[in-house]
Parts: sequence; structure tokens; C-alpha cells
Amino acid sequence: MSDRPDPRDRSAHYVSPEPYDPDEALQRTDRPDLDAPARVLIWRRFRQNRLALISGAYLLAIYLALPFVGFFATHHPAERNAEALFMPPQAVHFFRAGHLAVTYPMTATLDMETFTPVYVADMNDPQPVRFFTRCGRPHRVMFLFQTDLRLVCPPERADLHILGTDRLGRDIHSRIVHGAQLSLTVGLIGVAISFAIGMVLGGLAGYFGGLVDNAVQRAIEIIRSLPELPIWLALSAAIPPAWGPVAVFFMISAILGLLDWPGLARAVRSKFLALREEEYVRAAELMGASSGRIIGRHMMPNFTSHLVASATLSIPSMILGETALSLLGLGLRPPAVSWGLMLNDALDLTAVEVYPWLLLPMLPVFMVVLAFSFFGDGLRDALDPYS
Amino acid sequence: MLGYFVRRVWTMIWTLAVVSVLVFIIVNLPPGDILSNQIAQLRASGEAASVARAEFLMREFALDRPMWQQYLIWVGFWPGPHGFSGLLQGDLGWSFELNRPVSAIVGEALWLTLALNFFTVLFVYLVALPLGAVAAVKANSWIDYLATFIGYVGLATPNFLLALILYHYGAHWFGLPVGGMMSADFLDKPLSLAKLGDILLHLIVPVIVIGTAGMAGMVRRLRANLLDELGKPYVTTALAKGSPSGRAVVRYPLRMALNPFVADIGNLLPSLVSGSVLVSLVMGLQTIGPILLSALRSQDYFLSGFILMFVSLLTLVGMLISDLLLAWLDPRIRYSGRAR
Repeated sequence: MSDRPDPRDRSAHYVSPEPYDPDEALQRTDRPDLDAPARVLIWRRFRQNRLALISGAYLLAIYLALPFVGFFATHHPAERNAEALFMPPQAVHFFRAGHLAVTYPMTATLDMETFTPVYVADMNDPQPVRFFTRCGRPHRVMFLFQTDLRLVCPPERADLHILGTDRLGRDIHSRIVHGAQLSLTVGLIGVAISFAIGMVLGGLAGYFGGLVDNAVQRAIEIIRSLPELPIWLALSAAIPPAWGPVAVFFMISAILGLLDWPGLARAVRSKFLALREEEYVRAAELMGASSGRIIGRHMMPNFTSHLVASATLSIPSMILGETALSLLGLGLRPPAVSWGLMLNDALDLTAVEVYPWLLLPMLPVFMVVLAFSFFGDGLRDALDPYS
Repeated sequence: MLGYFVRRVWTMIWTLAVVSVLVFIIVNLPPGDILSNQIAQLRASGEAASVARAEFLMREFALDRPMWQQYLIWVGFWPGPHGFSGLLQGDLGWSFELNRPVSAIVGEALWLTLALNFFTVLFVYLVALPLGAVAAVKANSWIDYLATFIGYVGLATPNFLLALILYHYGAHWFGLPVGGMMSADFLDKPLSLAKLGDILLHLIVPVIVIGTAGMAGMVRRLRANLLDELGKPYVTTALAKGSPSGRAVVRYPLRMALNPFVADIGNLLPSLVSGSVLVSLVMGLQTIGPILLSALRSQDYFLSGFILMFVSLLTLVGMLISDLLLAWLDPRIRYSGRAR
């Protein structure tokens, strides 16, 4: 039997021998580009936002580096160089005198008119900067073992203070790097606390409704109407002075988290209210799923990603909050090292005029806050891949 | 409108009551305040006169009563050692550290705080409204990018750094005064026109510093709202009918976009008050900020408690005003309560 119908047979017509699936039209996706798991779609969308991508990579890098900060610092954060008080950022010269990088020994003289130290470099005595060697006081790696191995070490007969030194002759670069440990984790812990409170209270309000909902809503309104900083100050002032730095650190994180949850609780509540009406929730209910299963398996996956995005956006305010508290002397306490504590020294106009490099810890604060904002914005936009 | 007003004021009153409980708890959290220390010292000395004085202080400040009574006496709902005399009756309490009544300490600072926050709100609105509108109408132009840039700078720069930098350059280029709320000549002088002008001149930098972050957020939200409105068919119709483009923007879309803008003060005010406290501390403005910090440090709890109450009241009244304004602008809000 040939494929071609007999031209004389008028009733015959052409039938394609290709296999035919009657459901094919139904199964074909309208938008093949959307035919992928949600996380792939989110990633595709997120990738397009260059700024968010770069910010995310930057944040990932600095958070991964946190356990190894000592390796990247040139000095121990508490190490004093009595010969170099208020030393301005020191020039590092590359490819000089047969070395990769050299610095010159500095001698300080006191300017008798302004009473500020003046540093002069001895340009005839180049000293090679040492790389990947052991020097200085040992630092702790991964909270586990101690080592004095560092990426960059000062030359043997000269100093290396690439960002200058502070009032006590401590290296600013090393202190910034070490301060990152506390300044960056304070936001994470604070957000975790606010996340927990917000989830529970918002979930209770959204799920039970009625009286509980009313009570939670009122609580949200009250907390939102409080000015944050004065309350933070009052709560931090209540931390007993005898507590150790670690306990103080956790208390400060908790205080920062305590006032932050209303936004999250509100988001959780409204999501609960909206999702409760969805058909798949009704379907799950009719199939006899318990409320725990409905919340955990069907509702939560639908809004946790949104919450993560909004939590990311509230980390910057916590980092700034820690900075402000430490700056005012009610936050972390020395010997802890944090960016806010470092800025405590730079609290007056003399700093801007005479020792502007004391303000350098501002730079990482600025960058991290911006990175979190860009990253959070990008994440929030990417989380709705079907729009 | 009257019904809405009454409901709204009632909400504010009980919110304030809850806030007062919170504040009382917070200021009493630290173990061992300044008064108990004094009393303990007097007791420890063992002399009859000192012990008697300790007893007197205990009674005078109602420390011998349970906590809830102390709270009610502080607010003025319960007769204390001197009858009803609490915040409600205008008795703000006693500062143990400075040994003066709280009202004498905070006096002028309260007005300066009010002025600072008022001018900041004014600045935020006066700048954010035109900037946001222009940023939306001329979306993706240099002015739009400038607004976004200012927004991110305001977001990421801690207030006090901005203050230091602005003071520095303000003094260099414009001869603006550095630090403080008024020149030294005017301290403790009665209010005069010259003093007022001097205060206004001193306010310029703090107002910009405190307002920038809030203003940036306002601009962004107004821009987003207005962009939504500008895309709607009625704007196209207005333009097609030949109404001048300025009028086609201002008459209807801007009015629609204005509501969220006014409502935003609820988010704005707490952060502005926070910002004003921080900036006052750093810049040495004679507002209640520095008083609060020293009171908290020395655990002078009548003083810190009153200041916390005052800043909370400030934000609550601000929110009340914004809500009333919003209800006046938008009838839907005025009538929403009636259905219930």
C-alpha cells in the first residue's frame, strides 16, 4: 500500500504516516522558556541583574573569609606599635629594588605647632614586604587552632600600615578585617531572631485569625511606632557591665532583632491570609491533610523565599544599628573589635580634619550595606519568575 | 470625619498607655539604679541619720511599694507620697544624678527637639515631592539617576558620617556654623528674632543629614506610584484632548500618587526621631539626645523614662496627624470604619 492515495479514488485523502498524539497540543507549553523547576527560573532571572549578582558574589566571598580573617590581616588587632601613633596610610611601592613590593622605614617627628606626628620616609632604605610567612602574634583560624601564618607580613626593618594606625598605634587594616567578624555576624543573628519571632507571631495571627490576629496586629503597630534607636540604647544600657564580650555580643544581636520583627510578621500574616484561600490548600484539606502538613508542605514553600528576600533587606539596618550603638559606647565593648567601635575614635571633627583615615571603617560598612540592598532587591525581583 | 477623628485619637491614647508600660519596664531593667545605689550606701554607713535618710528616700520615691504601684504612681493614676503627681499631672519626676527636677533639665531641649524634627519633616516633603515627581515624569533621565544615587547614598551612609562631612564642607564653602544648635552668645538668652535666625542657620546641616535617608525612600516610592498612574489610560486621554502636559500630570495622577506619600510618614517618623537622637549625640546639638544617653548611662530612670515617653509621643502624634491628613485627602479611609 503506497502512501499516496489513488488519484482516481475521490473519497481517499492523504494521511501522514508520522506518529500522532492527540494530546500533544495540550501538553505543549506556551512558554518553553518557563518549563523548568522554579529554582532554575529564579536563578536565570537573578543572573540577569548584574549588580545583584556581583553583590551576592561579594557577600559570599566576605562571609566565607570570616573564619580566616587573621590570615588576611598584617597584624594582630590588639598589637600596638608605639613608634607609629596616628600614622597615615603608608605607601607601598611595587617592583622596586628587585622586590615585588617594598616599604620605607618611617621616622616620626612631632610638629610642635599642631602637636600632630609627622612621618617622613627614608627613601634610601627599601625594605621588602614579606608574603605568605609567619609573623606577629598568633591568630585563631576557624575557632580551632592558632597559627601565625599570614598572607602579607610587614618587612623586617620597616612598618606596613597600609591603612594607617589609630590613636594607640594599632593597624587599621588589620582591625577592619578582624572587626568584620562581629560586625557582619551581628546582622545575621539579629535577623535570625527577628525571623523566628516574625514567623511564629505572623503565622499564629494569619492562621488563627480573630482575637490572636487582633492582638498581634496591635503589637505590630505599637512596635512600629517606637523610635528604634532610643529603645535600642535603653535596652543596651540594661546589659550588666560585668558581662563578657561574647555575651554582650549576643545580647546586642538579640536587641537589634527584637524591634525588627513587625515587618516580617506582617508579611507572613498577609501571605497566610492570601494562601489560605488558594485551591491547592482547599484540595489538601479535602484530602485530609493535617494543618501542620498544610502549613509545612504546601504554604511555607510558597512564601519562605519572599521572607528570605525581605530578611536580606533588613540586615543592613542591623549592621548600621550595631555601628551606631558601639559608636555611642553602649554596644560592643573593647577588647572586642568591630567597625562601630573603631569609629568611636573618629567621633569628632578633628578626625575629619587631621586624621581622616580613622574614618576608613566607614568604607566596609558602606559597601556591605549597599551590597545587601542590591542583593536583596535582586532576590526579591527574581523570586517571582512567572511575572 | 468626627467619628474617624475620635476613633483615631482613642487608638493613640491606648497605644501610648501600652508604650508607657514598655518604657517603664525597659528603664527599670538594669539591676541597681542610681537611687538604690545611694540608698545602699546610706544604709551601709550604718549611722542613724543616714539610715533614716535612706528610709525617707525609699518612701519619697515609692520604692517600698510593688512594681505595678510604682508604675501607676509614675504615670499619675495612683496616689504617691505626694498625692496624684505623675506624668499626667505634669510632674516629670526627679533626676537623681543632677539633683534637679526633670522638667528643669529637659525644658529647652524639648522645644529644640520638636523644632529639629519639624524642620526635618518639612525638608523631606519639600524636597521629596518635586524630586519624586520629576524623577517619574522624566524616568531614566539624569535627574532620575541622580535621585536614585542620592537614595543609595542616604541608605548606606551612617548619619553621623554624613554629618561630619557636611559640617566640614559646609563650614569650608558656605561658612555654615559647626555643631550645636545656636551660637554660644545666645545660650540661656530669651528667645529673640536674632536667636531664632541663629538657630535656623544651625539647623541646616542636621536637617539635611537626618532627612536624607527618609527623603530618598520617599522619592523612590513617589516615583513608583506616579509611574503606575502615568501609564493609565486617563492620562493618555487627557494628553490626547490637548491638555498641557504639566496639568495632565499634576491634576490627577499626582493627586492619586500623593496618598501613599502622606501615609508614609508612619514609616518615616520613627526613623527620623532615631536619626535626630543619633545626630544630636554626635554633633552636640542641645536636644534631648545627649540627655538621654547620659541618663541611660547613669541609670537615672525618671529622666530616661520621660525622654523615651516623649520621643514615643512625638512619633505617635506625628502618625496621628498623617492619618488625619490622609483621611481628609481620601474619603475611602474616612468611611472604612463604618462598615464594621
